[in-house]
Amino acid sequence: MITASFLTLAFTGYVILMAHPRLYWGETGNDLTPALLELPISKNHKHGGWENRESFFADAASPVSASRTFDIFNQNGWGRSLHFLAAWFLVVPGVLYLLAGIFTGHFRKHVLPRGAELAPRGLWGEFVEHLRLRIRTATGGPQYGLLQKCAYAAVIFVALPLAGITGLAMSPTVTAAYPFLSGMFGGSQSARTIHFFLAVGLVLFLAAHVVMVIKSGFKRQMRAMTIGE
Amino acid sequence: MIATGLVAMGGVLLTGCRKQMPPTYGNLLRMGDVLTYTAQRALLPGQSLVKEYTHKDICSFPATGCTNPGKSPSHPNEEYGRLQSGAFADWRLAIEGLVAHPGSFSLADLQQLPSRTQITKHTCEEGWSAIGEWTGVALSRVLQAAGILAKARFVSFYSFDGWADSIDMLDALHPQTILAYGMNGRDLPVQHGAPVRLRVETQLGYKSMKYLQRIVVRDEFDDGGKSGNIQNGWSWYAGI
Repeated sequence: MITASFLTLAFTGYVILMAHPRLYWGETGNDLTPALLELPISKNHKHGGWENRESFFADAASPVSASRTFDIFNQNGWGRSLHFLAAWFLVVPGVLYLLAGIFTGHFRKHVLPRGAELAPRGLWGEFVEHLRLRIRTATGGPQYGLLQKCAYAAVIFVALPLAGITGLAMSPTVTAAYPFLSGMFGGSQSARTIHFFLAVGLVLFLAAHVVMVIKSGFKRQMRAMTIGE
Repeated sequence: MIATGLVAMGGVLLTGCRKQMPPTYGNLLRMGDVLTYTAQRALLPGQSLVKEYTHKDICSFPATGCTNPGKSPSHPNEEYGRLQSGAFADWRLAIEGLVAHPGSFSLADLQQLPSRTQITKHTCEEGWSAIGEWTGVALSRVLQAAGILAKARFVSFYSFDGWADSIDMLDALHPQTILAYGMNGRDLPVQHGAPVRLRVETQLGYKSMKYLQRIVVRDEFDDGGKSGNIQNGWSWYAGI
């Protein structure tokens, strides 16, 4: 269910981004202000079609208002609603998983790398082995590999929670109640930008995860994940 | 588990508290919208004020959607064109429904009520945002002046460019929910909804209806039919 929700979130997130494929840093940002990054993913990319440009104030540097000369691509009606619906299916099981992982000791025993494991030499060795795609066949035991542990810990404790928090940091009602949610990222548009890069990171993780499942013995891994040994 | 919850909630909506919630028409997306609305209302403290900025934070501001109802290519509103050429001196905002004194307010009537100026962030569903200064009268003051009745639950708005929308009483009575007639120190420009637009600062930009024509106070939910958000495939609640 978590994977299905995540794929739905990634897809609808992309559709939502297509409506405004510009990313900013700070509190605000729009087509009339400079962007941090412009993504060529829809016809809305650098369209430049503006008319009725008017200055708000008398000075030359005054902010302006302008209206569009054409209809933009915008599928956010279903895109946003599906994104938030899928978010419920990720957040509720995700929180239950976090609680279960803490209280059963699963995180401590299997996910968090032990102090000794994190010695630079061991870490480097593992890294080089992975770069050469020399992947050990899964043993079937509960012990994950070192880099695997690091990747899982980063996803479980950093990327996914941060994706949820940056998501909430874009909500006008939520940030009215808890302004620090957007404040800690330097503004709602910064949160939106971080949200995007987290999504990219999580998609890459998922792709790497699938590759690793295949390289480490596909049949055995699928059996272990579903019906057990 | 969530699916069961959604279905159960759909059942409740169809029977128990009918018309106190936005209808879902059995659409899974609308059920999700209602879940988000219910969760935000249940979990967040009511009527928190949104952040207000300083004059130097005011930035460029795209005017989107309809930018002149009098010259709309598809549905030009002749009445709006006539009011605009008269500098909106003949414009009236009708208030009807569950109020003790149904009637209407002219622009001068609204400007005589105590005003409120706020520099706030407008967040568009498209993904952009902009900060502007809005001057107007708190909707709660106008509702009080019209003698809003205790059983009121929703306030509906109708615009010259053909939209119908509504907000619940929590947002309607929010201190920053205003009927704005000024923007950035001047009269509200036509592209931004002249003569008067709604500002619902706790929700996305599309809830802040431009070109206000009529307000109706109701004790049950009205989706606005084909002029409303829901039947056009959009969430009625836009707090997220």
